[in-house]
Amino acid sequence: MKKILLVLALGILVALLPYTMKISPYVLNIFMQAITYSIAVLGMTVVLGYTGQINLAQATFFGLGAYAVALGTVGPGLNFWITLIMGIGVAIISGFVLGLTTLRLKGHYLAMITISFQQIFDLILVNWIDFTRGPDGIAGIERPSIFGYALSDDRAYLFLCALILYACIYFVWQLPQTSTGRAMRAVRENELAAEVTGVNSLQIKVIAFTISAGLAGLGGALYAAGFAYISPDNFNFSRSIEFLTMVLLGGAQSAFGSALGTSLLILLPEWLRFLKEVYLAAYGLAVILIMVFLPTGIWGIISSRTAKYRKPVPIDLDSIQTLDISVPITDPAPILQLQNVQKHFGGVKAVDGITLNVARGTVHALIGPNGSGKTTTLNVLNGIYKTTAGQIVFDGKDITELAPHERAGLGVGRTFQNIRLFPSMSVVENVMVGAQRPNNQIAPGQAALRARALSALKFVGLAEQAEVIVQNLPYGHQRLVEIARALAGHPTFLLLDEPAAGLNQTEKQELVALLKRLRGHGLTIFLIEHDIGLIEQVSDKITVLNFGKQIADGNPSDVLNHPDVITAYLGDASHVTA
Amino acid sequence: MNDFIVMNLQVLFSGLALGSIYALVALGFVLIIRATNVVNFAQGDFAMLGGFSMVAFLTAGVPYWLAILLALVAMGIFGLIFNLGVYYPLRHRSFLPVIISTLGASIFMQNAVLYFFGPQPRPMDKVFSVPGIEIGGVFMDTQYLTILGATGLLVAFQYFLFERTLFGKKLQATSQDKDMARLVGIPVAAMIAFTFIYSAILGGVAGILVSPVLFVSIGMGSIIALKAFSATIIGGFGDVTGSIVGGLLLGVVEGFGAHYISVPYKDAFAFLLLFIFLLLRPQGIFGEKISEKA
Repeated sequence: MKKILLVLALGILVALLPYTMKISPYVLNIFMQAITYSIAVLGMTVVLGYTGQINLAQATFFGLGAYAVALGTVGPGLNFWITLIMGIGVAIISGFVLGLTTLRLKGHYLAMITISFQQIFDLILVNWIDFTRGPDGIAGIERPSIFGYALSDDRAYLFLCALILYACIYFVWQLPQTSTGRAMRAVRENELAAEVTGVNSLQIKVIAFTISAGLAGLGGALYAAGFAYISPDNFNFSRSIEFLTMVLLGGAQSAFGSALGTSLLILLPEWLRFLKEVYLAAYGLAVILIMVFLPTGIWGIISSRTAKYRKPVPIDLDSIQTLDISVPITDPAPILQLQNVQKHFGGVKAVDGITLNVARGTVHALIGPNGSGKTTTLNVLNGIYKTTAGQIVFDGKDITELAPHERAGLGVGRTFQNIRLFPSMSVVENVMVGAQRPNNQIAPGQAALRARALSALKFVGLAEQAEVIVQNLPYGHQRLVEIARALAGHPTFLLLDEPAAGLNQTEKQELVALLKRLRGHGLTIFLIEHDIGLIEQVSDKITVLNFGKQIADGNPSDVLNHPDVITAYLGDASHVTA
Repeated sequence: MNDFIVMNLQVLFSGLALGSIYALVALGFVLIIRATNVVNFAQGDFAMLGGFSMVAFLTAGVPYWLAILLALVAMGIFGLIFNLGVYYPLRHRSFLPVIISTLGASIFMQNAVLYFFGPQPRPMDKVFSVPGIEIGGVFMDTQYLTILGATGLLVAFQYFLFERTLFGKKLQATSQDKDMARLVGIPVAAMIAFTFIYSAILGGVAGILVSPVLFVSIGMGSIIALKAFSATIIGGFGDVTGSIVGGLLLGVVEGFGAHYISVPYKDAFAFLLLFIFLLLRPQGIFGEKISEKA
């Protein structure tokens, strides 16, 4: 608390700094740009830094805010604050609509669509002269007044803008620690894993895009009143690139970094004045150099240098509660029923008609030679692939058409053959993403999520490692984190894709014990595994696939001695002469 | 009625010619996408550089045809430098840093050219000094015919190179699986360098061909590149036939849009078409839907 007050006091002092000097239009210009751009760049932190989605139209949202204020105040003489709200509103709505329609697309497509949006905006600003007043721009935008006190004084207005900037920095700084912010980072790190863990990735990306657009709109609105004049040149594609460069230079993943990057890039032209005409060329070169030599931005370097001075919060192992993963078995009906499930890729029938029931509280293994369709079956089960035909009923509910995150919300957990964690997040944060899945019955608030995550880590024996960045853990431990992530969501049904792959003999025995422990709590486990020894130890039932077809289904001893199964694994023995 | 048909044919013809410029630049895009999985946002600036190289050689008094040859050699060198400076240091990183790096390169190239040549657009002579021919009332400008012819030739050449030569097979292998290509002894880095050189030359050809129509200007590349990239998405990301069809389609849509709806918003039609495709058929005309493997 003391710390926060100190930071606040310091901030206000900095914001009051302009009062100590005589403000020339030149200095005002620089301050004004630094503050309003920073607000827009904070939006880039959210969308690019946190969520990992490229946005090359930030200047458009900035322009929407600015034009709302300019057109609202200059002609019709509306109150500044009303036009400010309108500007943010228009930016938010456009961000939301653009996001909703295009964020299904990834990478290059998103880059291109945002560029197109930016270009169309630019064309409208220049050509729709009746409405936007065209290339000449709009002059005479008035400053607002607050509680009857007119902010026509440059210093007073700057002070107000600085306070708004602080509020925005605080918001963006705190965001990653919220459930939404954590989901954003999960989407950035591994969208598929986030989705399977219960994150509605499209929704999260749209939220990020909308927040980003809103911040840009706010920055633009303040900009318009600050400079009293705007024209289309202020909001074109190069401005969007400038915003992008600012966030990357400062460090895309930090709120402070983006403010730092913005200020530096605004001051850079002043320092590069001696370069005159080649300034912009030098700027382009700087962008390449930043990408090559400063991949995490300036703030990234600062924080990795200072990391060793920061004390991690000690974890009191004794205070961690035992993980509750019990699933009461009241219903005798099977938990999962597959009815003639098929998945075809073009002409390839990867899964060609599986019909099976999985009983509650059992371990059900799916085995078969390589390429027999096991992983495809798992992907169909948790919704990564849509079925070509057939029906999947989970816990009495038809889930055939549900998205992965919706299935996670019903209690379907999953681990992957090739581990899919959120590599640059800490172990406990990875597991917290699991804990925050929809419909998980835990108390609201971050503390409860963290407590649940720590319990899950203690369950798999990794509580001491909670604050370690997950990619620094050894392979075997990463597998356990994946299991803990699934368990933190209190699943009723767990899909495990080759959990023993790459484990040594001791680790395999630990895994067997863990699986038996889970079953003991009432969980149903559906797993793919190649290690027949392990399968024999843990399975209650086995289904065998070959070339996408189900060739056997039943008790382990029956299935493993079934002639078709032996043929599938070892080939046809009839023509072999002894 | 007859006038109506002739007029529409006229619009169609110029649309196809402009579209084939987009297709040429799009081909360069596709080559780099296939070889490196990244989009080169400076691809259009290769066209701009091609135009200005031409201007430089012509100003120095070099004869027209020799100037074309020298400009294309210069483009090859630019392509190599681009590969070494912009792509190579980032080859192990994700697509995002590379995209941004090519955007930086685009800013750099435009402003470096601005410094040497100034902001004034430069006119350029047509390849053939004959004005054009008229068939059934439709006037065909020789430059437009040249553009269409040259595009056809280059597409045929590229098909031959990729499908009929061992070198082309090596390029294909590189684009499909770099590790495997390396294991069977294909010099992957050299293959990628060649791709950049070749696509810079393609861009240069497009720039030289379009210059007599659009003038040589600093910004000519950016807008062509955006259209060309839209063409690759519309045609099917990374698909050669698709990018040609997409380019032609864009040119025609733009031509008719400008003729019937609005000239100032000419550029918007291409982007609207892109929006529609991305919403309804994001995999493009020839593309296949690929889902991520778990």
